[in-house]
Amino acid sequence: MAEEAYEDIPGTQVFDARRSRAGYWLNMFCMSLMKDENRKAFKANEEKYIDTNFPHMSPDQREAILKRQWNRMLELGGNIYYTSKLGATDGLSFQNLAALMTGSTQEQYAAMMLAGGRSPNGNRSKSEWKDRG
Amino acid sequence: MAKLIAGVTTSHVPAIGAALDNGKSGEPYWQRVFGGYDFSKKWIAETKPDVVFLVYNDHASAFSLEVIPTFALGCAEEFPIADEGWGPRPVPVVKGHPDLAWHIAQSTILDEFDMTIVNKMEVDHGLTVPLSLMTGQPKEWPFRVIPLCVNVIQYPPPTGHRCYMLGKAIRKAIDSFPQDLRVVIFGTGGMSHQLQGPRAGFINSEFDNRFLDKFVADPVSLTKIPHVDYIREAGSEGIELVMWLIARGALDEQVKQVHRFYTVPASNTAVGHLILENTH
Repeated sequence: MAEEAYEDIPGTQVFDARRSRAGYWLNMFCMSLMKDENRKAFKANEEKYIDTNFPHMSPDQREAILKRQWNRMLELGGNIYYTSKLGATDGLSFQNLAALMTGSTQEQYAAMMLAGGRSPNGNRSKSEWKDRG
Repeated sequence: MAKLIAGVTTSHVPAIGAALDNGKSGEPYWQRVFGGYDFSKKWIAETKPDVVFLVYNDHASAFSLEVIPTFALGCAEEFPIADEGWGPRPVPVVKGHPDLAWHIAQSTILDEFDMTIVNKMEVDHGLTVPLSLMTGQPKEWPFRVIPLCVNVIQYPPPTGHRCYMLGKAIRKAIDSFPQDLRVVIFGTGGMSHQLQGPRAGFINSEFDNRFLDKFVADPVSLTKIPHVDYIREAGSEGIELVMWLIARGALDEQVKQVHRFYTVPASNTAVGHLILENTH
């Protein structure tokens, strides 16, 4: 299958069929955190909560959740509207998560937004991000 | 007969709801956002719609990956407020208009749009933040609301063209409803923003302002924007703007712009807002 044109957009995981299928259990785990009783059970014993309720999750996804590797969760099929529920369980807002995912401090990220946000210039194509490694 | 009076478009950033609910709307950061809606609150109080047809998206609140309807039309008597992980927003329950909603469902399905009819649905900030921006903090919402929930999370969302054509079918349905009702349509979401990954914080004011211009004067040109262009130019979550085209499709081709507002940022997002009136 030809690669989709959106795969050239840097720093972006488009939540397409492939990612949605790969991320199903990771995202449904996040969805379960909508309920207060589940948030409490997860916080009490994170590994046990995952292993008991989401045995089909991949070991990589499980590790990314336990280590709060926010970008890796997205790479493994997580969707931000779902992973943000794990963020909320940790007391993190969307803006807190954005700072973590962009490798900024909260202050740096908030200042960037106040100054007009991340510019489209230099951020449209992976070819423009080569130097970032 | 029912009559479509006007259209309203606005972003629906969750932090706006949180700022209002937590009494922070007077702070300079938030006043910059809320100030853009002072006119709008007066306008809607004077316009007095009986029903607002509200196009929005659910954010993994009512729907999860288990069921992903592209167009879900709320036909219930009322819609409870969702708990999005922090407890439900302290806002009134949303009262529907089942007679008009069912009429629109039947009419649009016979016009070949395969709508999902929903009789039980909680509504999240996608729907309640626009209501708060337009009406403040009332004890009861001052009109009935028909929610149209559009999938924009699972790729692909419906195309801009499909959304625009659905708007036209919704207009036809409203025009053929025998009861005298004043209807306003809201298109919500956007404008440019990206919440995910290393490119989070992406904002494209140039794209947004061109979109606002074209939205009023030449909406058909916007129906040709492919999804990849939204994602590249307006951020991965900026693709929500296709929902605005449902509202635009329902309006007359020629409309009168009575209000326009744009500011960056509200949290991670560019806020855009228009009020357009039908002139006939």
